[in-house]
Amino acid sequence: MKVKITVMYKKGVLDPQGKTILGSLHQLGYKEVTDVKAGKVLELSLSRMSKAQLEKKIKEMCEKLLANPIIEDYQLDVSE
Amino acid sequence: MKFGIVVFPGSNCEHDCYHVVKHVLRQDASFLWHKDTTLAGSECVILPGGFAHGDYLRCGAMAKFSPIMESVARFARDGGAVLGICNGFQILTEAGLLPGALIRNRSLHYLCQDVHLRVESTASPFTRSIPAGKVLKMPIGHGEGCYYADAKMLKRLEVEGRIAFRYCDAKGALDDEANPNGSLQSIAGILNERGNVLGLMPHPDRCAEAILGGEDGRFLFESVLGSSRRA
Repeated sequence: MKVKITVMYKKGVLDPQGKTILGSLHQLGYKEVTDVKAGKVLELSLSRMSKAQLEKKIKEMCEKLLANPIIEDYQLDVSE
Repeated sequence: MKFGIVVFPGSNCEHDCYHVVKHVLRQDASFLWHKDTTLAGSECVILPGGFAHGDYLRCGAMAKFSPIMESVARFARDGGAVLGICNGFQILTEAGLLPGALIRNRSLHYLCQDVHLRVESTASPFTRSIPAGKVLKMPIGHGEGCYYADAKMLKRLEVEGRIAFRYCDAKGALDDEANPNGSLQSIAGILNERGNVLGLMPHPDRCAEAILGGEDGRFLFESVLGSSRRA
């Protein structure tokens, strides 16, 4: 099974990477872009288990290690 | 006094700390490997700068699970003096021994320069012998030193007198230009609730003797002498 975890800064946390990318896009003429947020994606491969079990495990991993709840939120995308 | 300096894979300032303790302060210093489970009788524990575990994922994220951190946490809970410098500060926040987090500098640049620091609290083993109102000059060297905590925690730190150092100009005035990395409220160093754990981004270990261009870092090490309990 595969899980894609997207980790993004919480709202209100300064994201200088996103701001810099936004500036570059504007420089390239893409004025329609109003905001950019930069984050990270982690892909985990796991042995087979029920979806509920998997989500419980991944959440645990995120709270413990993969994301820092003080500054980051995360989203899971599970596939077979 | 016996100082224990924790070495993680990727630490790179452990010898700076060792040198200050052993050759400048003439105290007992020993290295503690991150896989050790005891602090070998240390009366003060230092988490030095560097890139523990490669700083992968987030700075300090993996280091908090090193076996020695359980002993460090216990020592801190018992009131032992713990000093986290730069990466050591990042590790202390990840480990939950200090609140908040350190994120990318707002400029995105790795900064290597001298900064001025206003001493905001002298109520800690590391700051107690610093004259009130003193402005210290210390070097920084970091890419992720922007201090972040939510508004509630920032207020708490302020009210409880736990902000130890703020970035300031040479005269001690706070302004945005003197804040090198975008830290909220210009925070350069903070204390835990009890005041026995200090984390700061600037490097007192790199300015503890005149030959290195400054001695202000000595204040922190000298303050702690004789103040702590055995682990």
